[in-house]
Amino acid sequence: MGRSKRGVDEINAGSMADIAFLLLIFFLVTTTMDVDSGIMRKLPPPIDPDMPKPPPIKQRNVFTVLVNSNDMLLVENQIGNITTLREECKDFVRNPSNNPDLSEKQDPEMLDLIGSYQTSKGVVSLQNDRGTSYDIYIRVQNELVAAYRELRDELAMQTFGRKFNELNKGQSKAVKKAIPMMISESEPRNIGGSVK
Amino acid sequence: MAKFGRKGKGGTPAISTASLPDIVFMLLFFFMVTTVMREVSMKVKISPPEATEVKKLEKKSLVSYIYIGPPIKALINVYGTEPRIQLNDAYAGVEDLGEYIIAEREARDEKEVPFMTTSLKVDKETKMGIISDVKQKLRDLNALKINYSTKKGIKPQ
Repeated sequence: MGRSKRGVDEINAGSMADIAFLLLIFFLVTTTMDVDSGIMRKLPPPIDPDMPKPPPIKQRNVFTVLVNSNDMLLVENQIGNITTLREECKDFVRNPSNNPDLSEKQDPEMLDLIGSYQTSKGVVSLQNDRGTSYDIYIRVQNELVAAYRELRDELAMQTFGRKFNELNKGQSKAVKKAIPMMISESEPRNIGGSVK
Repeated sequence: MAKFGRKGKGGTPAISTASLPDIVFMLLFFFMVTTVMREVSMKVKISPPEATEVKKLEKKSLVSYIYIGPPIKALINVYGTEPRIQLNDAYAGVEDLGEYIIAEREARDEKEVPFMTTSLKVDKETKMGIISDVKQKLRDLNALKINYSTKKGIKPQ
């Protein structure tokens, strides 16, 4: 009886904080916080042998980028440079002066929210060698994606006064339709200079 | 007057630390919820390339990873320095990809399969040959959404 009156001795909770800290530090060390990020791309669907071949694309509508095994660039049959690739690609798609060497434009089309717009018929074709390094491949991809992103930004700025990724869903859909990202990758082959 | 006078007498009382464990536990739970445990033990060394046009990978539960890179230091003696593919916890060949992707698909809900992304974590020194083989295989398997894992870097010049 006397025991229950006194009650159970209180457990000292002073070290509770230490235990919790220990656990906390354990979790901090064993877990990773890194956010995965990267360049999103979509692969072309597998070729169906029964399907008729798509009509060939006019040479002037193709912006070819070749990367050989020495990580050198050939842009539109001229030795290219990674630093100028972005501007060249933008010029190709935009073609402000209707240069016959650059991409053709489709007939003006009425697009929602934007109005009449001439979509470019240009396609970027990226081809690499089996010996190309991944680093340069990603840098080329990055420049091409950046070129399209800047073009979209420009159009978004003109029509909506905001950057592309600040647009709402309908607006960004319209801009995407006006400037579709046309980057095609052909199957790799040994372009030359390859170490077999 | 007396009301105010009483205050301040006997110095400042010690701050109670009784709620400290609660605060720390709160932190602990926050970290437990927001972080992910390392799922696989890396058998290949990967230093990702840098890019500026990166997008965050959303819905991590729908991402399957393929690692490509040279073997880690401890395994160089056995496997050499040629880049290898790692799926889950083991080295694999391109031909094992089919099985891996199908297993990944079966682990998800059927409705979610079209939204699945394959993240390629590749070392920047790797040659494109092996990556092209993987991409070709993924194409055949209809796993078309891919993500080249990169670090967000400064503008490469």
